[in-house]
Amino acid sequence: MKQEGKKRIWKEFQKEIPDDHFFFVRSCIRQSFFPGSEQFLIKLLREELGKDIYEDPRHTTCTGIGYHSDVVPFETIQTVVARHFALATERGYKDILISCVTSFGIYEEIVETWKHFPETLEKTREYLYKATKREFEVPRTILHTSDAVYKFKDEIASRMKYPLIDHRTGEPLKAVEHIGCHYSKMFPKYGVGGAEFPHTLVGMIESWGGEVIDYPERRHCCGFGFRQYLIQADRGYSMSNSKKKFESMEPYKPEFVLANCPGCTMFMDKWQYTIKEQEGKTYGVNGQGIPVLTYEELAGLVMGYDPWDLGVQYHMVQSEPLMDKMGIPYDKDKKYIAKDGSKLEAPKNLINA
Amino acid sequence: MKNFGFSSIKPRVIDYDKNNRTVLDYIMEHEPSFALCIGCGGCAATCSAARFTDMSLRKINILLKRGENDEVRRLINKCMLCGKCTLVCPRGVNTRNVIFLTQQAFKKLDNYAV
Repeated sequence: MKQEGKKRIWKEFQKEIPDDHFFFVRSCIRQSFFPGSEQFLIKLLREELGKDIYEDPRHTTCTGIGYHSDVVPFETIQTVVARHFALATERGYKDILISCVTSFGIYEEIVETWKHFPETLEKTREYLYKATKREFEVPRTILHTSDAVYKFKDEIASRMKYPLIDHRTGEPLKAVEHIGCHYSKMFPKYGVGGAEFPHTLVGMIESWGGEVIDYPERRHCCGFGFRQYLIQADRGYSMSNSKKKFESMEPYKPEFVLANCPGCTMFMDKWQYTIKEQEGKTYGVNGQGIPVLTYEELAGLVMGYDPWDLGVQYHMVQSEPLMDKMGIPYDKDKKYIAKDGSKLEAPKNLINA
Repeated sequence: MKNFGFSSIKPRVIDYDKNNRTVLDYIMEHEPSFALCIGCGGCAATCSAARFTDMSLRKINILLKRGENDEVRRLINKCMLCGKCTLVCPRGVNTRNVIFLTQQAFKKLDNYAV
């Protein structure tokens, strides 16, 4: 294929990411399991890069987990999302920055439904007005927070202190990137690189000096899948998906997994503990686990922030072996010290601890 | 081992990298006519054992070629070696010998002789 042709086709896989003024909406899972990530994202955009990012305290859950579990009807979730849009409209924001891939998929699905079935938009306007007396505009762009970090990856690279390079050998660190299914598999045009070549996390890793591994089950789902974990007896389905991925990536010896979906980050991390307990198997080198990080945690680490402020210690698989390779200094004694100076209880049964 | 109330599930994909095809190799070496099989199922249709059990030489043939030996091991001992399958085979495969060799291969495999 000619080079120009390649470039033209690749243009079709791009997503327009605005430069400034974001209306930020949080993720239920990320706030609970790794709150440091969202905190650092705001700090990164607001303080490091000087961007305008607004967070409304009246914002609620998108009810996505309830929707995917058949508890919340589609009309209800449309009205809940419309209320979020109304909050953005009130404040004059046109670009929604969504922290969760599930919410991101929900917002996409709803906006696309309104586009193809305008009567549903009118109905939602009516429901929202009857319930809250609010009115809204459909946002100009639906953004995921990984899109924003992708957009500013080179600015982050210019502030980088500890690149993704083994400081003892000078070799780039091998990384697995895992894109959440609802990021680009449902509506490919909303993701950078579409469903076939999602480039969001690849771009970050390569820009920060790492090497991305291409392994057979790279695009396999992590198994989060809502219905697969809601009932305890079914969780084997979810775990088996992650296990399949780990078995496939194991021979390539990845140093860490980078995921952009809260569910993937949580499950690929916690299932490693479960598999270790059940089968005595770990997938990293030297019997270690593979740390699963969020893109903000990784951005913070390469920029030289204190790993404990970023919250990397709140994963089941600990990141010390990775930080040792990158040459990041850390104080083990301060790992579980709260902001007020009190000592928090250290979690048990951690991997790599 | 901790009981979480669930466990991982073995994937049902045919993994040619991990499956063991030594039993098939042993049969092919000693009964090359097995390669002539066209999978018509005549053997399974006339099988005396299939009347009372789930024995099927056609199924065994496919499983051996995939290297999925656990199921073959379960099925193979159901054969009574009556030889009707050999009589009906349109390709002249010595199916009775295939059964015999499969049983033999498993015995050798258990004794690390294959």
